[in-house]
Amino acid sequence: MCVCPGPRRIGIPVRSSSPPLFSDAMPAPTQLFFPLIRNCELSRLYGTACYCHHRHLCCPSSYVPQSHLRYAPHPAYATFCRPKENWWQYTQGRRYVSTPQKFHLTPPQVNSILKANEYSFKVPEFDGKNVSSVLGFDSNQLPANAPIEDRRSAATCLQTRGMLLGVFDGHAGCACSQAVSERLFYYIAVSLLPHETLLEIENAVESGRALLPILQWHKHPNDYFSKEASKLYFNSLRTYWQELIDLNTGESDDIDVKEALINAFKRLDNDISLEAQVGDPNSFLNYLVLRVAFSGATACVAHVDGVNLHVANTGDSRAMLGVQEEDGSWSAVTLSNDHNAQNESELERLKLEHPKNEAKSVVKQDRLLGLLMPFRAFGDVKFKWSIDLQKRVIESGPDQLNDNEYTKFIPPNYYTPPYLTAEPEVIYHRLRPQDKFLILATDGLWETMHRQDVVRIVGEYLTGMHHQQPIAVGGYKVTLGQMHGLLTERRAKMSSVFEDQNAATHLIRHAVGNNEFGTVDHERLSKMLSLPEELARMYRDDITIIVVQFNSHVVGAYQNQEQ
Amino acid sequence: MFYRLLSVVQRQRTSRGWQNWSSARSSASAAEAHSVALPAQAQVVICGGGIMGTSVAYHLSKLGWKDIVLLEQGRLAAGSTRFCAGIISTARHLSIEQKMADYSNRLYQQLEQETGIQTGVQIYDRTSVVHVMTKKGEVTGVETDKGQIECQYFVNCAGQWAYELGLSNEEPISIPLHACEHFYLLTRPLETPLQSNTPNIVDADGRIYIRNWQGGILSGGFEKTPKPIFTEGKNQLEIHNLQEDWDHFEPLLSSLLRRMPDLETLEIVKLVNCPETFTPDMRCIMGESPLVKGYYVLAGMNSAGLSFGGGAGRYLAEWMVDGYPSENVWELDLKRFGALQSSRTFLRHRVMEVMPLLYDLKVPRWDFQTGRQLRTSPLYDRLDAQGARWMEKHGFERPKYFVPPGKDLLALEQSKTFYKPDWFDIVESEVKCCKEAVCVIDMSSFTKFEITSTGDQALETLQYLFSNDLDVPVGHIVHTGMLNEGGGYENDCSIARLNKRSFFMISPTDQQVHCWAWLKKHMRLDSDLILEDVTWKYTALNLIGPRAVDVLSELSYAPITPDHFPSLFCKEMSVGYANGIRVMSMTHTGEPGFMLYIPIEYALHVYNEVMSVGQKYGIRNAGYYALRSLRIEKFFAFWGQDLNTLTTPLECGRESRVKLDKGVDFIGREALLQQRQNGVYKRLAMFVLDDHDTDLDLWPWWGEPIYRNGLYAGKTTSSAYSYTLERHVCLGFVHHFSENTGEEQVVTADFVNRGEYEIDIAGQRFQAKARLYPVASLYTHKRRKEDVELSDLHGK
Repeated sequence: MCVCPGPRRIGIPVRSSSPPLFSDAMPAPTQLFFPLIRNCELSRLYGTACYCHHRHLCCPSSYVPQSHLRYAPHPAYATFCRPKENWWQYTQGRRYVSTPQKFHLTPPQVNSILKANEYSFKVPEFDGKNVSSVLGFDSNQLPANAPIEDRRSAATCLQTRGMLLGVFDGHAGCACSQAVSERLFYYIAVSLLPHETLLEIENAVESGRALLPILQWHKHPNDYFSKEASKLYFNSLRTYWQELIDLNTGESDDIDVKEALINAFKRLDNDISLEAQVGDPNSFLNYLVLRVAFSGATACVAHVDGVNLHVANTGDSRAMLGVQEEDGSWSAVTLSNDHNAQNESELERLKLEHPKNEAKSVVKQDRLLGLLMPFRAFGDVKFKWSIDLQKRVIESGPDQLNDNEYTKFIPPNYYTPPYLTAEPEVIYHRLRPQDKFLILATDGLWETMHRQDVVRIVGEYLTGMHHQQPIAVGGYKVTLGQMHGLLTERRAKMSSVFEDQNAATHLIRHAVGNNEFGTVDHERLSKMLSLPEELARMYRDDITIIVVQFNSHVVGAYQNQEQ
Repeated sequence: MFYRLLSVVQRQRTSRGWQNWSSARSSASAAEAHSVALPAQAQVVICGGGIMGTSVAYHLSKLGWKDIVLLEQGRLAAGSTRFCAGIISTARHLSIEQKMADYSNRLYQQLEQETGIQTGVQIYDRTSVVHVMTKKGEVTGVETDKGQIECQYFVNCAGQWAYELGLSNEEPISIPLHACEHFYLLTRPLETPLQSNTPNIVDADGRIYIRNWQGGILSGGFEKTPKPIFTEGKNQLEIHNLQEDWDHFEPLLSSLLRRMPDLETLEIVKLVNCPETFTPDMRCIMGESPLVKGYYVLAGMNSAGLSFGGGAGRYLAEWMVDGYPSENVWELDLKRFGALQSSRTFLRHRVMEVMPLLYDLKVPRWDFQTGRQLRTSPLYDRLDAQGARWMEKHGFERPKYFVPPGKDLLALEQSKTFYKPDWFDIVESEVKCCKEAVCVIDMSSFTKFEITSTGDQALETLQYLFSNDLDVPVGHIVHTGMLNEGGGYENDCSIARLNKRSFFMISPTDQQVHCWAWLKKHMRLDSDLILEDVTWKYTALNLIGPRAVDVLSELSYAPITPDHFPSLFCKEMSVGYANGIRVMSMTHTGEPGFMLYIPIEYALHVYNEVMSVGQKYGIRNAGYYALRSLRIEKFFAFWGQDLNTLTTPLECGRESRVKLDKGVDFIGREALLQQRQNGVYKRLAMFVLDDHDTDLDLWPWWGEPIYRNGLYAGKTTSSAYSYTLERHVCLGFVHHFSENTGEEQVVTADFVNRGEYEIDIAGQRFQAKARLYPVASLYTHKRRKEDVELSDLHGK
């Protein structure tokens, strides 16, 4: 929610490696942190324009060092915000603060941190018959940014069948991810509604009757909705369905889910952009819509209806299917493509969408225009609007926006906007009985763990350790000592399973606490979780995970019906 | 060893498969078809070719029974018997188990010489019993998958399948046992292979056993978290392909390597999974079914099948041939259980508690934690709210004592002690209240039968079954033994004559099945005698103490003075609003007071009235520990603890309860007449410990050796601290073993009185005074004036 300007001056390759803090004990030499600390403090210094909406909810202090590492600013930009003070002064001060401390948390403390945001939902069984192919889901998130920039959403469609689940990774603040987490599912649900239902809703609005409910949300108490913007958001949504009603050709009501998802994504991003351009007479709302538009968010959304699973992805969050093979082992099936520099076809797309002479500048240092890591996102109008439009909006905007160096900064080599789109890539998968669960997670998870490990850990967790491959000596030469070592290790693994009632929590425990042997190391977990707020982001990203469990019996029954 | 037992028994080879396998011990030929026809009839059919079945067959043939068929569903000795770790341990918990194990040990050593003797047992493997056929409560034959066999006797030695086989009967027979997976490890030989004389090691703290196996080691154990198996009764022919579970074995492996770190380098051969069968009380199950005559059971060995095999088989064979075994086996009798212990959930939960207990310290007065609150009195919640701590007998919850508000007892784990327990003071105050004021004890668990007839059959039958004279005026209560042919106690009960043709009989809680079976067995089938189990119909409150009479008279407006209501009388009267309460002037402790038998719907009312009226007399709740202390100090022997099927009334000073000349014959009379003439060979006595420090010395519990003039003379059967005598009191039998031959000799009162006694508690001997009759002063307790305190005026 806070957009605190002051992007990182030095591009730190966050994704590939963390500083070797944990190779040693916690009281590491302070020098090691120099660049980091300086950055944090710089942002603190220059981030004077920290404007907070819902401060009580998400901003514990007025000065929150923001470190949206998704931006690796241009070298020219670095000079532009060089501090005037002698930075030595600064590091001296910092040194005092970061005096080597032992951050030791007890297991209950660790658990209370890990479980603070966990949420579980079980699809209720009606008359003992569970007609849903979804058993339920577990979700959780662990902040690294303060406040967290990730968001998550889950809802059941009430006027159509199916369930929607999504994770949203914000950057340059949490305004955009918050808005998308509140609004996107309505856009999708509306896109899926048949013509008659849309008419009925519109007529109800028109005549002041009670509306049909569209979504049943499944929210953690910490997942909030903006009250102030609710009316604005509703009006935009209503405009959308009115257009859908007008566009209806009356031919067929066969709604294509894939198309609906794409339309919903694009429409919402369009509305975000429009709302920022039009502005709002209410200054608070005016400022809000601008912050939403100038920050960004990726989205990875799954729509499950019976055996039909659609994953719509924009950005670099990921959807992973957990498949149990006949021998009980687990394999991972990726149901989304990352939209970043590691994706050849995305590089290709960007090059095709812009003139040849931009081929070298459109992606630099694996970032869009050398700045942005995800190649698709909501918001981020800095990568979408023309320079003119950006300047106009900023100038006519509130002072806070005008004073913000970041928003004023125009990306380099900015010739043929838009460079960024919110259009999702939709992958369809027909569920099979062996598809046991789906993991939706932001890149905070995927950059620390291999997908195969992720699926195995969740699979073993969900099925319990009984289904873990039993050890058999069978012909091998094994000594009692070797066996003992192996068993002790397995037991350690098992005990971490029993600590968690939530698959997402269990996964986070592994993501943060895994040692080189793939087992949770309490020492490491304790250190990672006790990092001071301003350092946490250096060692990990926000992690948001949703684990959806499928009902194999229902899925199997669907299959049999059709055979 | 086992194969020797087999070869002694086996005469008729039923198949080439068996032949090959027995010589080569390979399973290669196991799948061959068997076409040998079963005989049409036999005297005995034994189901189960493990060590139990073969041992029973062996002993039956030794006792002269020749017409025996043994059926095995798989191959002979293919179950637990084959896969067990092969340890024969003779250090057992119960003395009857000790005797069985000792006998087994001797038997196994001599078996080798017997090999080749013709016995007459026919063995058929690959034959499974479908169900047992019965008619009029008697075994008539066996239905197998290969045809029927007519027989008089059936022996269920089906091990972990015994429960299912019992249930398959038309009238299901409850054999409460349940299997748990059991793991042990085999390794390759050590660098210097272990010698065959390497001792077996049990590390009870580490929960493991270790023995030599082909120069390497065999090590298993009894883990804290057992894995029950076959709860749903999933059957399978043989158990050789159960999965190894290394993760489950990890704690045991850890403790093995902790104890013997050098074993680390040993190479694993495999982990064997061999389910073992456990029972709800960790004792094996043997004896005749209470429901079907001729249906015998021997199963549930709690992982000690090899140790017990010989002895258990022998006792069961004796039981079948002679009608009773040569030792008292009540602790192992199938009839200690009823259908109430037959729930699969109960068994599953209970055996998970029993199995770890094998290597736990077995402290006195241990109560199981699982399978509780099954049978409860209607007052359970009321008593529980007042601090009751509970024990369980035959599924029934009984209060042990009441923890006063604000008093903290030690945690369960810490109160496990052989020394003075933490409830000492609590029980003391309850006892004191019984002696000086009045206490109420809920004794609803006692077994209660009503015997009624249209004519004189009830009296005639009871006169034949009981040793005391029951032809007493209506309203009288008679203490009497229910004796067997040998004059031993099958049951010890109190019988009230309700009217001319109706009797009310009270027996110990765990007699519910046994006594019922005994009565049924000896009642004439054609008589119009009605026997009814009314245990569940009445809540029993024991009102103990000198003020009980005040409480009762206030509640009934009836004269309760000894003139109107002498001791050992039974009257129906009203108590509070409730009418038809059966009031008996006895307390099972020798203290003054009353037993109230209350129809259950009145229980709460009567209890409330008693408590509220009793307040001014200082009434309080008390539990069984207080009762126990009171009854033992007065030399009240209890059946099941002090008395058993091998003790006669003459041996425990109860001549007065036997009316040899009542004019009617009764079971056991002949034996008692003979005993009266010849004298007794043991005598129950009460021992008061002299130099025992209650606070510092280990307490006697039961089973402590008694020394007379320095010579072993018997064992204690029960003991308690007497708060009145301020001494420990033990009950126990004095024998007279000849110094030269060890032979038992006649014990006279003189012999008992002239001895100097010591009780040996865990190796330390304490001087004790033996008494053949209770201490008289206990019955005349008048409080001395100078002992009265102000606090005695306080309400309790």
